[in-house]
Amino acid sequence: MSLISCKNVSFSYDGVYALKDVNFEIENNDYLCIIGENGAGKSTLLKGLLNLKKQTSGEIIFDEQLSKNEIGYLPQKSEIQKDFPASVYEVVISGCLNRLGFKPFYGKEEKQIALKNIEKLGLTHLKNKSFRDLSGGQQQRVLLARALCSTRKVLILDEPVTGLDPLVKNELYELIKMINEELNISIIMVSHDIESSIIYANKVLHLNNSQLFFGTKDEYINSEIGKRFLGERR
Amino acid sequence: MIDTIIQMFSYPFMVRAVIVGTFIALASSLLGVSLVLKRFSMIGDGLSHVGFGTLALATALNAAPLTVSIPIVVIAAFFLLRITENSKIKGDAAIALISTGSLAIGVMIVSKTTGLNTDVCNYLFGSILGISKWDANLSIALCITIIITFVLFYNRIFSITFDEPFSQATGTNSKFVNMLIAMLTALIIVLGMRIMGALLISSLIVFPSLTSMRLCKRYKAVIINSAIISVACLWIGMFISYYFDTPSGASIVICNIIVFFVYWLISCIKGNILHEK
Repeated sequence: MSLISCKNVSFSYDGVYALKDVNFEIENNDYLCIIGENGAGKSTLLKGLLNLKKQTSGEIIFDEQLSKNEIGYLPQKSEIQKDFPASVYEVVISGCLNRLGFKPFYGKEEKQIALKNIEKLGLTHLKNKSFRDLSGGQQQRVLLARALCSTRKVLILDEPVTGLDPLVKNELYELIKMINEELNISIIMVSHDIESSIIYANKVLHLNNSQLFFGTKDEYINSEIGKRFLGERR
Repeated sequence: MIDTIIQMFSYPFMVRAVIVGTFIALASSLLGVSLVLKRFSMIGDGLSHVGFGTLALATALNAAPLTVSIPIVVIAAFFLLRITENSKIKGDAAIALISTGSLAIGVMIVSKTTGLNTDVCNYLFGSILGISKWDANLSIALCITIIITFVLFYNRIFSITFDEPFSQATGTNSKFVNMLIAMLTALIIVLGMRIMGALLISSLIVFPSLTSMRLCKRYKAVIINSAIISVACLWIGMFISYYFDTPSGASIVICNIIVFFVYWLISCIKGNILHEK
């Protein structure tokens, strides 16, 4: 069975459809790249997958082994975070919140998970540094570590490389690839940086208020729409 | 000076005011960090004006001020929170509307009943004389409740303050935690209003956390630091108020302003040294 499958899913704001009839499946270990113009409904779809917005019609089915709260999420950076006084460790461990249930405080297990993920992403030397003093790339790593704390199966990334310089961008892509391949976590990524992000993906979902394409990367590159969309940007 | 302090504590009302004030300063500084970081400081200010309106109403009805104020201000807090979350209405304008509106209603009630006497002045600028034994006990009990609730929800409050979409997506009930913060804020504002005054109470929420954010880099450090600043400023302010016979609220705010500038200066100097390196 697929990890997540969407059947005829539509979303609307105040009666106007933002996204209509989307159909796709995500299997274990997939790396899905969602592309499309601004306002094509990419973010809306992510919100739907994250249970932040209810679909107007259709079904989003999660596999039994994946509870809705077990999705890792790397949101776009908010204004508030720019001058937020918090240490790297404090931010990362907040990803363990969904493991607590009704317990008020973190236990040994959560602390270990947080430290393990800090180490995995090469942040150990920054553990006690303040989040607001880090560079853009380092901040994204911290948020990635937090997202890993909250998931074992799926990671959803919303424009993870926006505002990063090319070198840091590639580092982050490699890191995401490592998470996908070594930790066996499926990736769902929305990105504007189509050329580079499509290199790593194995599946592509192209949206423009409706579904224009869903399939493997190779199919997409050879398809009519893929050629047009990728060609326009070269 | 020690003689003055001993003399100050020989009055039972002073002892009561200092104890109640300490609890209020502690509770408000804990909440303040989240409110400032979530850009909710103006909600605190709006609520204090609503609080003044309800106190005026309570006086007119001859009812106990706290029992009338608390439920109305809590409802107002939920309402203000909804407005700020709803992006269609401009949140700051709505807060200005509600705060000036309830101030006007309060003034109308006062002028048609008791008139602008010292009681009303005390509500606006704060007084330590107005705290009855019943008020004091209720205030302390509610402050302890606020502090315990805050500690129990500390990790959740941190998470939704830092990143609301993330915590909501990973299963934290952010609506509930937001409502909790709004409710606790409403409580602390009504409780603190007697000592600080309706016009000054929001400074007790905003100043300590802004001050400690100048220097502290970790969330926990910010919270502990602002609790210490808040309580220390309250004690010094109370002493100044007693010694120089000045209004308690304003004296406490003056202490907070001084501490803020000291912290700000230190952070500037620190920043310069790091820059030169």
